[in-house]
Amino acid sequence: MYLLKLLLRNAFRHKLRTSLTILSITIAILAFGLLRTFINAWYAGAEASSASRLVTRNAISLIFPLPLAYKDKIRQIDGVRLVAGGRWFAGIYIDEKNFFANYAIDAKNYLALYPEFTFPPDQKAAFLADRRGCCAGRKLIEKYRWKIGDIITLKGTLYPGTWGFVLRGIYDGRDASTDERLFFFHWDYLNESLKKIGSSRTDQMGWYVVEVQDPNRAAEVAQAIDRTFKNSLAETLTETERAFFLSFVSMAGAIIVAIQLVSFVVIIIIIAVTANTMAMTARERIGEYAVFKTLGYRGWRIAGMIIGESLVITMIGCLFGIALTPPAAKVFSKIVGTYFRAFQVDMATIYIDIGTAMLVGLFAAIVPTWRAVKIRIADGLRRIG
Amino acid sequence: MKRKAPLVKIEHVHKSYHRGAHTIPVLEDISLAIAEGEFLALMGPSGSGKSTLLNLIAALDQVDSGTIRVGGIDITSLSESELAAWRAVNVGFIFQFYNLIPVLTAFENVELPLLLTGLSRGERREHVEIALQVVNLASRMDHYPAQLSGGEQQRVAIARAIVTDPVMLVADEPTGDLDKVSATEVLDLMERLNSDSRKTIVMVTHDPRSAERAKVIRHLEKGFLNNVPSQAAP
Repeated sequence: MYLLKLLLRNAFRHKLRTSLTILSITIAILAFGLLRTFINAWYAGAEASSASRLVTRNAISLIFPLPLAYKDKIRQIDGVRLVAGGRWFAGIYIDEKNFFANYAIDAKNYLALYPEFTFPPDQKAAFLADRRGCCAGRKLIEKYRWKIGDIITLKGTLYPGTWGFVLRGIYDGRDASTDERLFFFHWDYLNESLKKIGSSRTDQMGWYVVEVQDPNRAAEVAQAIDRTFKNSLAETLTETERAFFLSFVSMAGAIIVAIQLVSFVVIIIIIAVTANTMAMTARERIGEYAVFKTLGYRGWRIAGMIIGESLVITMIGCLFGIALTPPAAKVFSKIVGTYFRAFQVDMATIYIDIGTAMLVGLFAAIVPTWRAVKIRIADGLRRIG
Repeated sequence: MKRKAPLVKIEHVHKSYHRGAHTIPVLEDISLAIAEGEFLALMGPSGSGKSTLLNLIAALDQVDSGTIRVGGIDITSLSESELAAWRAVNVGFIFQFYNLIPVLTAFENVELPLLLTGLSRGERREHVEIALQVVNLASRMDHYPAQLSGGEQQRVAIARAIVTDPVMLVADEPTGDLDKVSATEVLDLMERLNSDSRKTIVMVTHDPRSAERAKVIRHLEKGFLNNVPSQAAP
């Protein structure tokens, strides 16, 4: 208790300097926490993926489609419980800046595969019953202030024309990581419209989502699916939903590495700032440490005072930084809109913040402690007066 | 009648400092005995080595050669850690610039040496209050050093020096930063501690009036100790 009192009083002996150091640490921890949350947001899709779901796509590339006929063939493979197809629509809502993911789906099966999308039963039934119906996640609804029955018009990019949909359902995410920024409509509606204009892109799916009966057999089932279509015109690549999402993340690998590097730079900066404060502090108080030694205080007690003071400063900055991170993340989330499925500060980030701050406190105190402990008492006393 | 062994016995002590490639001798073959209950003043011009000798007696610095025994213990053979423990029990320090910790109250400053002992909080409080009463500052125990005058700060430093009841007090220019009135109060106090509490005091000073309060005065000149002690006080 006495030591803590001494540490706190010492830490705030130079109020302006300590306050500025704490402010620096607060900003650094805030930046570090936001960068970590940013990286986590990138991986949110993979984190929310189900172990029992596989994704089958064209082995050449996701942009190449798969025949509709594959659906029944996949369903007949041993270990498969359910199959649903989906197709990237890439429609634009009013303006290109209003980006959100929109898919044509094999609605009944697709929604059965994703129990984490929770609908009021009447809305789900209304969506399934209406060929021109569509449904959207809560975040999209809130952003564009849509309501049930609204006509939502998308301008086609891959599929030219103006496409009108009637909003029939609004889903909420069962989990915090569930994506609530998706827009779905019936693949049948797309396919029939394409048939009407004689498009060559009818009866095609972009990918199939496959639910396996036993997640432990996921790899085996994936191999069986790909084997089935080997040497066909459209060979498949089947992988777990997690691997599928991670393949998207890997496309942004360089950005993620850059962000991680920036995180480390932030840590190095706060070590430098804190070390500078502690070095100045220890230099000013070298005479006092000599007095403590004179009174019989040994090196480890002096070290405890310096390291303790460094930790007090860094932990106060860390606590402020942690307290500010969630509201800052909320503001950031609003700015980036629906780009990330989830932008929430997780507990792991907070633990890493605390661990980092403690390490910074310890690192910053190493050199000042070494000097204070090693200085001869007579030399230290000469610095007074 | 058998003569009592001295409390401090210094034999053939040499000490020099190093400045780059240069070695500067500070103390040359110093031998000195200080009796228990003595009040010794070490005098000499600046650079004569008096503060260095005081530091060696108080185990704040180490000799190049020679031995220093205090209470029969050869302190030149002790490790850093052993010296720290020895100082905490045996020596009280009074500095020219008081050297109080500015963020601690008078009470807390005096309590500092007691934190190294096994005393309970209540026992520590009792000791601190007694020490502050001895220096007549019991009413100022909650004041910070910046709220005290120079003389009061030095009296707090004396309270801190005596709170563990050490056998020896060492004082380096204890009145050097004080006005005449405060200096007189401090010297009166030291005299009382010597006469009433039988504390052995070694004081470095360049002020003849301060030195007059001591029972014995020794002069250092260019690292050498004059052989003949002066009897100061009657």
